[in-house]
Amino acid sequence: MNNLSRRRFLKASGAAATAGAALIGSGLANAQERAAPGATTLPYPREAIAKASGLQDNVPVAFNYPDAESFCQIIKTGSPVPGGIGPDGDIVAFSTQCTHNGCPLSYDKEARTFKCGCHFSIFDPEMAGQMVDGQSTENLPRILLEHDTADDSLYAVAVEGLIYGRQCNLL
Amino acid sequence: MTQYRDRIPLPPPDAQRTNMTCHFCIVGCGYQVYKWPENREGGRAPDENALGLDFRKQLPALGIIMTPPMHNVVTDRDGSRHHIMILPDKECVVNQGLSSTRGGQMASVMFTGEGPSRQRLYYPMLFTGDDWVETNWDQALQVYAGVTKRILDANGPDQIAFDAFDHGGAGGGFENTWGSGKLMFSALQTPLVRIHNRPAYNSECHATRDMGIGELNNSYEDSELADTLFYIGANGYETQTNYFLAHALPNMTGKNLEKKKQWFPGESVAPAKVIFVDPRRSLTISVAEHLAGKDNVLHLAIAPGTDTALFNGLMTYVVEQDWHHERFIRDHTSGFEEALKANRMSLADCSRITGVPEADIVKAAEWAYKPKASGQYPRTMHGYEKGIIWGNDNYRIQSALVDLVLTTENVGRRGTGVVRMGGHQEGYARPPYPGGRPARYVDQEIIQGRAKMLTVWATNPFQSTLNAEQFREAVHRRSTIVRDVVSKARGASATDLVDLIFDAVENRGGLFVVDIDLYHTKLSDAAHLLLPATHPGEMNLTAMNGERRMRLSERFMDPPGEAKPDCLIAAEIANTLKALYEQEGSTEMAARFAGFDWTTEEDAFNDGFRKPEGIDSQGGPTGDLATYDRLRAMGTNGVQLPIKAFKDGTLVGTEMLYTDYKFDTKDGRAHFQPAPWNGLPGTVETQRKKHRFWVNNGRTNHIWQTAYHDRYLPFRRDRFPMSPLEMNPDDAARLGIVSGDIVELHNDYGSAFAMAYLEPDIAPGQSFMMFGYDNGVVGDVVTDWTDRNLVPYYKGTWADIRKVGTMKDYKRTVSFKRRRFLSA
Repeated sequence: MNNLSRRRFLKASGAAATAGAALIGSGLANAQERAAPGATTLPYPREAIAKASGLQDNVPVAFNYPDAESFCQIIKTGSPVPGGIGPDGDIVAFSTQCTHNGCPLSYDKEARTFKCGCHFSIFDPEMAGQMVDGQSTENLPRILLEHDTADDSLYAVAVEGLIYGRQCNLL
Repeated sequence: MTQYRDRIPLPPPDAQRTNMTCHFCIVGCGYQVYKWPENREGGRAPDENALGLDFRKQLPALGIIMTPPMHNVVTDRDGSRHHIMILPDKECVVNQGLSSTRGGQMASVMFTGEGPSRQRLYYPMLFTGDDWVETNWDQALQVYAGVTKRILDANGPDQIAFDAFDHGGAGGGFENTWGSGKLMFSALQTPLVRIHNRPAYNSECHATRDMGIGELNNSYEDSELADTLFYIGANGYETQTNYFLAHALPNMTGKNLEKKKQWFPGESVAPAKVIFVDPRRSLTISVAEHLAGKDNVLHLAIAPGTDTALFNGLMTYVVEQDWHHERFIRDHTSGFEEALKANRMSLADCSRITGVPEADIVKAAEWAYKPKASGQYPRTMHGYEKGIIWGNDNYRIQSALVDLVLTTENVGRRGTGVVRMGGHQEGYARPPYPGGRPARYVDQEIIQGRAKMLTVWATNPFQSTLNAEQFREAVHRRSTIVRDVVSKARGASATDLVDLIFDAVENRGGLFVVDIDLYHTKLSDAAHLLLPATHPGEMNLTAMNGERRMRLSERFMDPPGEAKPDCLIAAEIANTLKALYEQEGSTEMAARFAGFDWTTEEDAFNDGFRKPEGIDSQGGPTGDLATYDRLRAMGTNGVQLPIKAFKDGTLVGTEMLYTDYKFDTKDGRAHFQPAPWNGLPGTVETQRKKHRFWVNNGRTNHIWQTAYHDRYLPFRRDRFPMSPLEMNPDDAARLGIVSGDIVELHNDYGSAFAMAYLEPDIAPGQSFMMFGYDNGVVGDVVTDWTDRNLVPYYKGTWADIRKVGTMKDYKRTVSFKRRRFLSA
């Protein structure tokens, strides 16, 4: 759980997090690494996405993370799945820009898969975003989530895998 | 891939850039290779990276394809380390910037000296009886050439067997088919050669060639122009992916209507209608229905092995409707009446045999052959692959299909063609095969104890031949005789080893097995000597794709250790044999091994492809016009063979064959061939009667060939840890099988193991297993039956299935969601 521990570290030292964020905005290549010697993870933002109790089984909810130009969906699958969090271990989230050529994925409730209408790749949210079939060379990037039991909030805290159309997940 | 999976290094503007053609499937997509020092990277501003893109902001969909597996870090022999990035080329007319899941991983399979690539063979390896040890080329060649010479001198060439590639792409190419072919056919002169996926030296397209029509006779662009796309036993989305996506797709969606109008003034145009002949509802059918609409897709789900009856029924019906092209038949063909008489089949019989409703047969005939509203005959492209190639009597089915195509003149006109869709790329240039037709059934000879030496060259018959269990058993049994002798040879020199091995093969029934490959394989478990080879990127290599488009893939990095291109390995073997014969004063024999004084792969290219007289070359008589420099200048678009001219610095190629109606026969006329329907072969019919499930088999999108690279890549291996077996859910339920269970298929020929994958689109009583995989080999249950030219009937497999048990980890880690793209 590198990302989790890093997130806690950033939370505990707000000054460092702010400095990192300012440099990201500067547009310098890999500025974030130069900003934080010793760090091997990117300083992803922590953003509230939804309340776990507000999610319905098999109905995805769209959100943007780690910025407004990156489209994601969170879904409660109804039974525990790899990487699932929340009270039932069944909540997962993914980037929904196809890792092949960036087309928007749509969720097929019957097949319970994310599908790309451009080149017909299919991804399984219940198996860590595994490509069921298709043309990409990557599974779906996972949005790492945390569940705050105090107020039932779900937070996006990091991305595992490269979002389509980027050199780095943080612009 | 970098260790950071959420970022990727960019090539700086001055990164070295070279051309690469994907070395996997027939399509041969164009890629660009960027290489730059490890301690540098490009910036995110457009002028700071070689791609000219602004990575400071999100790039739009349908732009660049650039994923972490497209990057790697390699170490050259001088110790310098470099980033490489291999990206699909938007300028290439084949793929137009698209990457497939296979080609998109090319950077990941290059040698890095770390991780999975440590599995590559670095040095020649000698089996000492109980273990592999590294040796050098001198020692390895002394043993190889020494044993070869002893067998050749004592028995003549036909005890020296080879299993060799004959194709393009990795483990092939014009350089390597020439080098290996010159060694086998004009130096050793052995007829005992089999090809990578079949037990003899033959063509998979003898019939169409005999009829005067080479099997790659159109361009990918023709599938953009066809009125009807008629696919027979071909699953284009999974097996010729970017051909399907870049060329057939726009025709199915109607995006090409303006182009069709421009090309064919005065003709009615519409989005393509699509016909599939396949007992299985394949992934391609589901995608085509999504694209073209179900009303424009017709799936003829024939009973397995009944293709010939279908084509004969269609030919008969077309003639009855007077839709045949009388003038073309009269002026440019021969044998029509005889073939029609032999092939004649009523609609009722056709329907009864194939199981296809009469109305659907009529609909197929109307879509493909009925004159259009504007009066012209439709332009129908017929694309076939393993359903026919590996179907019930290859020669007969292909004859029946080409008869139908000739009847309707669907060759030589743009928007038509009767073409194999293809597996590997092509790249054939060899001296004539020194045997007859039919050639020798090499597998059977080895099983029956003949052949004393077997060189397996960039192939793996243990995973990819028919009757594989018996073949493996025989090779292992006979190899062990040699291993036992070698294990006792303590302190033996190369000469001593040659004597011992020769005694084991000459007097004790042994088989000396040599494997030339990139990796250890299932076959190398039975070998005594391993020779390390290279693949594209580590050598310059030319090949052509399914529209005869020839490109030069440029070397951009060093191979591991002392690995060499196959053509130069052939040269080393020949030169060693030449020296051995010279030492004993046999000038006549030494002369047979002359002409291998090559130092680079370009030397082999110039010696073969560029000197076409008297050899069999896909470059034809104008091969001499192609040079490395000229091909390099033609980039990823290359030139379509045969080359017509070199003009204004450009190689001019041939888009479509037979536009002049001059077919490849003595009289220039295309020949009809009688191909009456005659049921299933007895051998196969016996298995069908005894066993419950038809075991169809073929590729999946994820896995290339024998998985020689893929088995080391988690993205592939995690998807299919074992060969998937698609089964009908009701059949599975009756056997207590669920997805993720391990199952055994068994019949009179052997047993194979697979991972059950339930799929409602599989008809009851049928199944579909991935072909060629290392973990679960379907060839183990394929009969030894072949057609008249020794082409196997891999699809003619029936077996019973039992549940072995549950594999909890498969269920935990493998998705068993449906692979079909069903419209929501």
